[in-house]
Amino acid sequence: MSTALLFPLTGAALFVMGVAGLLLQPHLLRKIIAFNIMGSGIFLILVGLGQRGGSPDPVSQAMVLTGIVVSVAATGLALALARRLLDLTGKMQLPVPGEDAARDGPDA
Amino acid sequence: MSVLALDLLLVTALLWSGLQSLVSRNLFRSIVLFIVFGLFMALAWVRLDAPDLALTETIIGAGITGALLLNGVGQWHAKQRNKLK
Amino acid sequence: MRQLAVTFIIILCIAFGLLLFLVMLDLPAPHVHLAVQVNEKLAESGVIHPVTAVLLNFRGYDTLLEVVVLFVALTAMLTQAKGRNLQHITTKPCSVPMQIEVLQWLTRVVVPLAIMVAGYLLWAGAYRAGGAFQAAAVLAAASVLLRLASMLHTTGLPGPASRIGLLAGLLFFFAVAAAGTITRQQGSLLQYPDDWAGLLILFIEAGLTFSLGLILARTFLTLADDDDTRGTER
Repeated sequence: MSTALLFPLTGAALFVMGVAGLLLQPHLLRKIIAFNIMGSGIFLILVGLGQRGGSPDPVSQAMVLTGIVVSVAATGLALALARRLLDLTGKMQLPVPGEDAARDGPDA
Repeated sequence: MSVLALDLLLVTALLWSGLQSLVSRNLFRSIVLFIVFGLFMALAWVRLDAPDLALTETIIGAGITGALLLNGVGQWHAKQRNKLK
Repeated sequence: MRQLAVTFIIILCIAFGLLLFLVMLDLPAPHVHLAVQVNEKLAESGVIHPVTAVLLNFRGYDTLLEVVVLFVALTAMLTQAKGRNLQHITTKPCSVPMQIEVLQWLTRVVVPLAIMVAGYLLWAGAYRAGGAFQAAAVLAAASVLLRLASMLHTTGLPGPASRIGLLAGLLFFFAVAAAGTITRQQGSLLQYPDDWAGLLILFIEAGLTFSLGLILARTFLTLADDDDTRGTER
């Protein structure tokens, strides 16, 4: 395996980890963390594959730069919505039909 | 060769901190590990010849996102405490 | 049942990851060399640093729309916070604990430095790593520090002055884009006149730094707005 592909492959692993976390973790803050890790994986893939030719690719770097800033705005918006849910329901979990969401106790 | 070893170390650190921040039982701990993950990402950007991204990732990815998440967990803890009262 | 679903999702994710790995290991050699194309045109862009050239010249519309996205996200966040803020406004000054004085002293030293660093990053963006986004992020980080030292408070929605501040960089960017389209008949969107490109990029970046810094700072301040009331409840 060449070193050029090392970081894109890591990015793919991080992306998959993020998807799994996003689907499996019930707590909204954990979902937001998972979403950020997913994004970081995608950024690593973009920049890493961009410079397979040897020289760094300014186009993918600029795209990822905007992506990082957008992802912090998305995180802020997600936190505002999670906060609203916390104010309304007292929990930071999506309501699950047919399952008591009393799992937030040991999470602290 | 030593560069490859360093890269492997960095990749391992990235995957480890990412995984730990996802599966850690303690929410505060997983946010701190996420900040650590952001700093390792900054190192990865330096290795990928992207100093702009390293700067942005350090300030935004680790700093501001971390502050936002810590603020969120603080509000959640306060709510838990109020519920217990 | 839940165990089964969890196992299924994990297996699916691992399978997807392996598929991604295989695809990446099997990629053909790149046949589009964007770096070469950027380097060819770099002399016309008005700046020396290729990433800044891509961000503000070659793909300026991307950056323009990105700032719109940030502004929309902040607006959405403010609508979520609107009802809450009005209940929680505290008029009495919060009591300052002892240990925060050290933080306040540190903040008084660090924040001017941060503003200086932001100015430097903005200027440096033309020829090396740096630029509007990094500078704006430093400004936002300074505001986070101010908030943590309880030296900066926001209540409710932004007033007229800060609304103008939040929009100024975006409006200037739009104005430049519109002026370019009107004055140059055959030019494409956001194509700068060659002689002015460097100066225009610097002005746009200065405006973006200011507005993006305000937007990011406001994002944090909006989410952190009721820490004081929580302190009194405790």
